[in-house]
Amino acid sequence: MSNTVDTLNTVADSVQQSSGPGSDWILHHVMDASELDFEPFFTIHIPQFPTVFGIDMTPTKHVVFMWLAALLVLLTFTIIANRYKKSLVPKGITNFFEVFILVVRDEIAKSTIGKGYEKFVPYLLTIFFFILFGNFLGLLPWSATFTSNIGATAALAICSFFMIQIAGIRQNGFFGYFKGLIPHGIPPVLLVLMIPVEILGLFTKPFALAIRLFANMIAGHFVILALIGLIFFMGTVLVAPAAILFAIFIYLLEILVALIQAYIFTILTSMFIGMAVHQEH
Amino acid sequence: MDFSLAWLGAGLGAGLVVIGAGLGIGKLASSAMDATGRQPEATGAIRTSMIIAAALIEGVAFFGLVICILLAIKA
Repeated sequence: MSNTVDTLNTVADSVQQSSGPGSDWILHHVMDASELDFEPFFTIHIPQFPTVFGIDMTPTKHVVFMWLAALLVLLTFTIIANRYKKSLVPKGITNFFEVFILVVRDEIAKSTIGKGYEKFVPYLLTIFFFILFGNFLGLLPWSATFTSNIGATAALAICSFFMIQIAGIRQNGFFGYFKGLIPHGIPPVLLVLMIPVEILGLFTKPFALAIRLFANMIAGHFVILALIGLIFFMGTVLVAPAAILFAIFIYLLEILVALIQAYIFTILTSMFIGMAVHQEH
Repeated sequence: MDFSLAWLGAGLGAGLVVIGAGLGIGKLASSAMDATGRQPEATGAIRTSMIIAAALIEGVAFFGLVICILLAIKA
């Protein structure tokens, strides 16, 4: 009996020593880092970059994977665009991506923005594929999900915010746009309440976009790590089959979530653009 | 300092958030199924609006969950 307790304590100690107390060992795998981990083989330390205006420009793990996603998007779509120049009949990889492009154009842009949707399709396609590639890159072994970094999602949401406001202002004029935010025919007394609420609403929309993508992408990783960690916390291999099975299930769910979150970010951006452009409804 | 109460709070909070979000999305999915059963030709439109509404519910739930995670990390 005391032997079992001793073993448990050793495992608990090793878990504590190797990665610190509490939930730090989970965070270590999810948070940004200054090196690329290829455990147990090797670790790449990212070289120090110069400091510009007091900001350390050294790329972190998430930045590296963001660049990788951007590069992959650029490469894939250069190839596809060149193929379309040769022939309009899609084949192979072109055929595969045409499905997604058509979904973004017809199901997302056309159905939520309506008249004049063509101007916004390039932005929506860019943001959709950037997030999609980033989400799927995060599912590969040894990689990191840059969309599970609040900074990255906030930057994407800020881009969407400016897109929405500029689209609304260009369509309705500066004063027309802000006047159109307040519903017609409400009593003047309510204006005191409505104006702050509507102004606040402009900022909560992109804020929710950023938090939604960030939380969705980080939650799956948390659950998988917690399930794997269960084996070490219990200190027995008996829970391993159940833990691994559940972890695989969550991993498969993550594939679905990666696709759905890219879709949701795009369709909500598109809906907000539609609301800003066509204010009458 | 003893942080166990903060962890308890985070755990309870996460549970409550999941109850709320589960009820919301369950109600939403049930209504969407009903609507699809009545009008099979509108399946695509119903699915799209269901996913959007689910995302909105989920967004609110995640606000709560993020607070719980912060509570658990800071403790």
